Amino acid sequence: MHTEFLMGNEAIALGALAAGVNVVTGYPGTPSTEVLETVARRKPDDVYVEWSINEKAAMEVAAGAAYAGARALVTMKQVGLNVASDPLMSLAYIGVRAGMVVMVADDPGPISSQTEQDTRTFAQFSKLPLLDPSSVAEAYQMVQEAFELSERLGTPVFLRATTRIDHGCESMQVADPGEWRRHRPEGFVKDSARWVIFPRLSMANHAKIEARNARLSDELSDHHRNFVVPETSGAPRKGIATHGISYAYVREGLDEASHVRVLRVATPFPFPERRAVEFLRGLDEVLCVEELDPVIERQLTYVCGKHGLDVRIRGKLTGDVAPSGENTVESVSAAMASFLGTAAPSVRVDPDAPALPVRPPVLCAGCPHRASFSAVKQAMGGRKTIYCGDIGCYTLGNAAPLDMVDTCLCMGAGITIAQGVFRVEPDTACFAFVGDSTFFASGITGVVNAFYNQADLTLVVLDNSTTAMTGHQPHPGTGRTMMGQVVEKVSIEAVLRAIGLTIVETVDPLDHELAVETVRRVADEPGVKAIVFRSPCVMIVRSQAKSRVDPVRCVGCQRCVRELGCPALMPADGKVVIDPSLCTGCTLCEQICPFDAIGGGERL
Amino acid sequence: MSTDIILCGVGGQGTILASKLIASAAMGRNLAVKTAETIGMAQRGGSVLSHVRLGDDVSSPLMARGSADLIIAFEPAEAVRQLPFLKPGGCVVVSTRPVVPVSAMTGGPAYDCEAIMSYLRSHVGDLVEVDAGRAAVDLGSAKCLNVVLLGAAARAGGLGLTADEILRAMHDRLPERLWDLNERALAYAGG
Repeated sequence: MHTEFLMGNEAIALGALAAGVNVVTGYPGTPSTEVLETVARRKPDDVYVEWSINEKAAMEVAAGAAYAGARALVTMKQVGLNVASDPLMSLAYIGVRAGMVVMVADDPGPISSQTEQDTRTFAQFSKLPLLDPSSVAEAYQMVQEAFELSERLGTPVFLRATTRIDHGCESMQVADPGEWRRHRPEGFVKDSARWVIFPRLSMANHAKIEARNARLSDELSDHHRNFVVPETSGAPRKGIATHGISYAYVREGLDEASHVRVLRVATPFPFPERRAVEFLRGLDEVLCVEELDPVIERQLTYVCGKHGLDVRIRGKLTGDVAPSGENTVESVSAAMASFLGTAAPSVRVDPDAPALPVRPPVLCAGCPHRASFSAVKQAMGGRKTIYCGDIGCYTLGNAAPLDMVDTCLCMGAGITIAQGVFRVEPDTACFAFVGDSTFFASGITGVVNAFYNQADLTLVVLDNSTTAMTGHQPHPGTGRTMMGQVVEKVSIEAVLRAIGLTIVETVDPLDHELAVETVRRVADEPGVKAIVFRSPCVMIVRSQAKSRVDPVRCVGCQRCVRELGCPALMPADGKVVIDPSLCTGCTLCEQICPFDAIGGGERL
Repeated sequence: MSTDIILCGVGGQGTILASKLIASAAMGRNLAVKTAETIGMAQRGGSVLSHVRLGDDVSSPLMARGSADLIIAFEPAEAVRQLPFLKPGGCVVVSTRPVVPVSAMTGGPAYDCEAIMSYLRSHVGDLVEVDAGRAAVDLGSAKCLNVVLLGAAARAGGLGLTADEILRAMHDRLPERLWDLNERALAYAGG
């Protein structure tokens, strides 16, 4: 053992390696991404790791590996689980041979996601066991326990963490690589009665799953991770039930004088019913401190009804805990104080504090997406348009002054939403913007749908040659794999032409005039047509040159500032200056400036 | 006893490395460390915030408002935004050079740097101001602001760690080619 300072996602990766994981798959998504990246960095040579093209593919590859006796880990964010839910729901009926852990990162807040969904609820829905750690060190232990449990039960097991675990860091003890378990896959054993899902098999297995989960609830009631912290003195009338990182907030808010009993639930499904009954006995009231769904609150309410216990269960459903958003030390302390009848901690709010600027996230200085949006905006000025966006850095094109994202729903939806709008408004020029990684993840089927069903839209692929938002992961268009191989790239243009599109134009968006001209020409063609705007993310490749404003020529019209919203451009003394520490010399402002007052940049 | 530190700034300013250096230095003293930070979409020019908590009796990586011993602010408006975390009598180390967001230039709320600095001066007893613009000129780089601020915080005493301990953490965490610049940044105390 040795001590390391680890991020939760790094700890989960090292825990999986310590458990002898053989195959690791995933699709990037905040706050889950670092698990797979850490596996790739720290793994022995014989561990296979891949960024799959989406979560469904990742889930199926991991399942196949686990069928063949390998220990498999699949990672994704909570909305990725929606994409992977088709294989997962069936896999719950079929099961696995060796341990398979489904690591899902939930995002209370949400901080970087479309939804505040709770994977604990998904565990109930899919009937699969779930482990819910309260700290980074516990996540490291629990991923190893999840492999054991999965292998013993022959079913996938969830490890669910939330942002404050995934992206929290702790100094902690971890095993040396020499102490890691070695797991040798036995290979796939043919048995079609087991591995081929048919209604008869599903009905038989459904009954077995229900019986197993009932047994498991009993077993987990004795599990050391579902524990009751007894009251320090007296006969308590009140209890607090909690889970995950909220348990840490509850501990921060408890002092020795609070005569309160605490239940920490580490396996919300199957719910440790017998342990919960022990906890509830003798109490009048329980406050459930949860993030996302009121899973424990509903379970305790049910347990009280089932066992005839006269305990009032409070939490989100009774308005005692906020129904949405992330918990904090303060929000939990305030809810506990109100529940326990103690003084709430006071927070000073100074009414005289000065007004502060707001900082929504923005496209980076030099980002080629800015140039693409700017070109389409200029080309389509005055026309009736809709701009359907998608998931990635380019969602930030919605902000002023670009204002070029009218809709954004989920991965790949821009292309299909545009088709729905077209059916209602055939006179609107419909655009769908999709990034390169998102195109491979779930854009292709939407293009096939549009082409086959005779839609009329312009597909704009914003190809910056990486998965930028989540930290530059490779994808099929990059020609690199997570195993470090250089491989044949999948060509976006070839895919589009194979579908049947005849107009597929590739342009550098930073060549502003050509980009505008191309959009004008292509948008007027009938049917489904595509423009691939290709220019690498400035975080990967950037010119060393910087643009400068000639203060003599600059008349201070501010057109560059108003139209582009580039963080490097700043109004100063009635003119504009460029911050050299931010400028990447992309030259877009040079091309936009009507007075030729900016120069010095260099387009790659 | 724990030492609670807030680092705040704008995505891309180097707050995460600064919190990792503090963590390494504290681990050199055998202190337990917990941190929580902003990673993801907010890193694209948004406000970023790191909680760093040193000491064995810490449960949560997040601290409550009113409990930070020290705020290290990479720019003035973010210092004011996170000031509610400071405990009475706590110390604030602030870079006085503002990072003006695009929103302030395209119709959003303005950035009144003078009002913000004067608010800090009148509301924080223990305020250490760092002239980042001048540091960048004197050191020949704007990329080591994080280490300049750590040096100022170590000298101000609020960090509970010495500049030498930060130096050792830098040697552990940074590639050797960056040592010279960052050693000068750590020792930088104004021109």
